[in-house]
Amino acid sequence: MQSHPATTESAPARWLLTSLALLTLSLFLLLPLLAVFVEAFRRGADVFFAALHAPAALSAVRLTLLAAAIAVPLNTLFGVAAAWAITKHRFRGRSLLVSLIDLPFAVSPVIAGLVWVLLFGAKGWFGPWLAAHDLRIIFELPGIILATVFVTFPFVARELIPLMEAQGSDQELAAVTLGANGWQIFRRVTLPNIKWGLLYGVLLCNARAMGEFGAVSVVSGHIRGKTNTLPLHIEVLYNEYQFSAAFACATLLALLALVTLGLKSAIEHVTHQRAASHK
Amino acid sequence: MSISIQSIHKTFGNYTALDDISLEVADGSLTALLGPSGSGKTTLLRIVAGLESADPGSGRILFHGKDVSDVPAGRRGVGFVFQHYALFKHMTLAQNIAFGLDVMPRAQRPKRTEIRQRVAELLHLVRLDGLDKRRPHELSGGQRQRVALARALAIRPRVLLLDEPFGALDAQVRKELRRWLRQFHDEIGLTTLFVTHDQEEALELADQVVVMRNARIEQTGTPQDIYDEPRTSFVYEFLGEVNRLPDGRYIRPHEIELRFAAEEGVDVTGRVSHLFVAGPFARVSVVPEHGRRGELEVWASRDQVEEMALASGDIIGLHFPSAEKRT
Repeated sequence: MQSHPATTESAPARWLLTSLALLTLSLFLLLPLLAVFVEAFRRGADVFFAALHAPAALSAVRLTLLAAAIAVPLNTLFGVAAAWAITKHRFRGRSLLVSLIDLPFAVSPVIAGLVWVLLFGAKGWFGPWLAAHDLRIIFELPGIILATVFVTFPFVARELIPLMEAQGSDQELAAVTLGANGWQIFRRVTLPNIKWGLLYGVLLCNARAMGEFGAVSVVSGHIRGKTNTLPLHIEVLYNEYQFSAAFACATLLALLALVTLGLKSAIEHVTHQRAASHK
Repeated sequence: MSISIQSIHKTFGNYTALDDISLEVADGSLTALLGPSGSGKTTLLRIVAGLESADPGSGRILFHGKDVSDVPAGRRGVGFVFQHYALFKHMTLAQNIAFGLDVMPRAQRPKRTEIRQRVAELLHLVRLDGLDKRRPHELSGGQRQRVALARALAIRPRVLLLDEPFGALDAQVRKELRRWLRQFHDEIGLTTLFVTHDQEEALELADQVVVMRNARIEQTGTPQDIYDEPRTSFVYEFLGEVNRLPDGRYIRPHEIELRFAAEEGVDVTGRVSHLFVAGPFARVSVVPEHGRRGELEVWASRDQVEEMALASGDIIGLHFPSAEKRT
């Protein structure tokens, strides 16, 4: 490990700080993760697999996957479009758009869910209209989708905006002078330059879409087997004192977290390598 | 393809970038837009390219008599070279150069074999044969800029525009590419407009130099004209070294004559504060006696300096034979 004598602490201090950091990490991150797996198998492997095969669990997984399958592509499309507009153009309301994109981050997840209830719930602004047309949003799938889309809104855009800002528009302008149209410029010039950042943003967006609890909880209605996503299902099991079953389902989310982190590290590794070799 | 710039005005909010600019660029000429940062030269170049547009209702740009003010950049037939190359990082050199041809509408696009041949021709033209499979990050700055040029030429532009093309390169490479560009231009004969803040570059390269400052054109002319007969003090000071005498007169360092302090015809005496001899020339910095502030820079021959046995700290006399008054 390279260290410059003038800017690092003495060896014992370094040792102490590193140990402290590792201890904190273990306490707050590793221990809980370990606890999930330990508790999940406490009553044996049979109970573990039974919990995962229960119809309610399977439908919860299906619902989670569906919500992610809709929210992630939608927000990717939006994120790319917004980042493109914001970084390659100057227009009125640009800074407003940038602030609005951050809104879902600033808002409590409960509020994020409540907003939809206030708009589309039975007593909401559009409630009567929806009822008249026999449409249901809250306590049904559409509500869950809306809540998930809202809370995962910013991920792709926030990842792309600084990246595209740093890359500048010179390459795109060069493509313009060479006669390329908008779509060609995006596909051949911009997209290849942002692909790792895009992947990263999609990864984070997906992790949040699958793991979202607060907002979805408000709009869901907790109808077992119908409007419970995986996080909601885990809560239901836990409230019914089915701890092992709850932790068994939680291992799925823990695995998702580990896979996400693994892919994230892989992407970071690749981008660092490329940055180093391109200097 | 001649370029006619007529009454172009450009503002960014409250800031005026170009103030009623009119300029003629002759077909086949190499013209330099020369000026300090903020003079408007890059904005003007971009407007000619179609990457920016002039304020609505103000002026127009003509290519060979045809109004292209409303023609989008991609259809103006301009080749643009950026200061920082703007090469497509993830593509090979061949793909970079072929880009303009690859994105043509199917009806106009040349066949694959033709494109490959054209790429090979252009690589040869810019002396980068055989590097078609390389990627931009594997090249030096000078090589990258040559690729950028080849890429711009692939679409057979009618006009070549260069935005401080050598600004990002080392001094040595800059000099080499400068010479190469001049030769290249003489071979190809394409109307070329380039932006630079380096007066040496402009004077060495261009057929016509346009000196710009604060959104206006100060003077236009051949390098010889504007160096010998600068019309304003700004142009005089901007082009080459100059001494400004306290009474407002200007004189170039090589025009001042060194004399012994007691000789006849000495206008000013002073002390040598700095002496630098390089090759056949010497640069002598002289601090005038008697209350005049500021140093005077004199360029003399090495022979003379050695004859006079000049050294730092000596008292010397200066004669100003052709100092001209400037307003």
